[in-house]
Amino acid sequence: MNGVLSFSLVAEALARLGRMTLFLLQLLVQCARALARPNLVVAQIYNAGGRSLVIIMLSGLFTGMVLALLGFNLLQRFGSQEALGFAAALALIKELGPVLTALLFAGRAGTALTSEIGLMNATDQLTAMKMMAVDPLRYVAAPRFLGGVIAMPLLTAIFDAVGLFGAHTIGVRMMGVDNGSFWSQMQASVGLNDVMEGVTKSLVFGFVCSLIAVYEGYHAEPTAEGVGLATTRTVVASSVLILLLDYMLIAAFL
Amino acid sequence: MDEIQRPLEAGEAGGDGPVVEVRDVHYSVHGRVIFKGLTLSAAKGKITAVMGPSGTGKTTLLRLMTAQIEADAGVINVFGRDVAQMGSQDVFAMRRRMGMLFQNSALLSDLDVFENVAFPLREHTDLTEPLIRNLVLSKLNAVGLRGAAELMPTELSGGMSRRVALARAVVMDPEVLIYDEPFVGLDPIALGMILRLIQQLNQALGITSIVVSHDVAELASIAHHSYLMADGRIVAAGTPAELARSDSPIVSQFMSGKPDGPVPFHYPAPDIVTQLLAGEGA
Repeated sequence: MNGVLSFSLVAEALARLGRMTLFLLQLLVQCARALARPNLVVAQIYNAGGRSLVIIMLSGLFTGMVLALLGFNLLQRFGSQEALGFAAALALIKELGPVLTALLFAGRAGTALTSEIGLMNATDQLTAMKMMAVDPLRYVAAPRFLGGVIAMPLLTAIFDAVGLFGAHTIGVRMMGVDNGSFWSQMQASVGLNDVMEGVTKSLVFGFVCSLIAVYEGYHAEPTAEGVGLATTRTVVASSVLILLLDYMLIAAFL
Repeated sequence: MDEIQRPLEAGEAGGDGPVVEVRDVHYSVHGRVIFKGLTLSAAKGKITAVMGPSGTGKTTLLRLMTAQIEADAGVINVFGRDVAQMGSQDVFAMRRRMGMLFQNSALLSDLDVFENVAFPLREHTDLTEPLIRNLVLSKLNAVGLRGAAELMPTELSGGMSRRVALARAVVMDPEVLIYDEPFVGLDPIALGMILRLIQQLNQALGITSIVVSHDVAELASIAHHSYLMADGRIVAAGTPAELARSDSPIVSQFMSGKPDGPVPFHYPAPDIVTQLLAGEGA
């Protein structure tokens, strides 16, 4: 009985993966066409990115402040508190920036994307487009997908910058770390590879989160419950995949 | 099917032949039979009404006609071509010649009234902005909502939404207009307006209209030919007057709005006494 259940779960997961792959291929074809209408993409960068700015900046600030407090406490034990800038920058740029931004993005912009597309489906707006001979994949899904993919690295950069500001405020102004050491250690030790790792992660996370959000919205059952379930699936699937991919990307960059 | 219970033939009622033709269509969803040998047609330049009780598959029929779903068996010809044989490009080309008014209007929620009506023009034509503006305003004027051009869909009443959707449906000058339950939830004034607009579009522009509804009186006042659907097939067909005169029990029940008859009032259930007594013993 358990064996049959496991088999059906695996079969369903594989079928879902297959459907998503097909959807992705169709979406990529439409992305090329959507780029010819940049105003739609720009509007979605604002929707996914601009509207997430406040939550991203606040989270970045507090993350940087926490990093500085914990980092200073730890480094002080070894007499190397001057390395606080380097430690905070590495932690933010390589790991916390991309991962936390992606998790916040999935919770705010991802759910908004899924519920918006799901409700458009439930109110026959997608069918109306098809009836007007307009492919909703091109007009609705592709610009939202591209908007998310482009917004994520930008949000990550802002998260990192605000996080460093928070770390600097706590480390230098409150804990008394030397200002020159804070910046010079960071400049000397953080390399282009570290930045590229962060950028790569944010691009991958942006791709995955946007794909899941758009896919779930597009295939949500056209009922209130269906849209709610799809929104939940977006957050759960995005969060798990972000952490899984984070591990794989760290291993790849080591 | 008796004399009046037959699909319209080519050339009948002054038309040039059927624009939409449904022949012996069978369709099931999850084992539930929706259609079992459905046959009907819509003549060019005429208003064809498809009536039937709720849940008989009227909206499903429209989805089949517009190639949103595929029939299990049978033939659906639109503009002389079998929709089952069409590729996606052909389907889109066919839909450009059609307009559809949805039951819930289906206006695009992120666009205002003007942009909703302009949407098909912007997607399918290279018209200049002044020309688009003139076309959109003239269509909005025809439905009496030129002054509402800047409102968002959430600011419209049900009747206004329906009229905007109608303006959007006709902005590309379609050859066929499909109406899905156009009278549902409308007050008498809005209902009268929609009725008049359907009639005017048919008379002034010669648009072939297919109206799916269960509002008998309204449809009878505008339709050239009517079909009555029940039990997965057409049970009666003819002019509204012919249907009204029919002595068929099912036609009579539907046309006069009797609560019980061949179409049962109760959903299939066990005997009520047995069910209530079983509950007492539990």
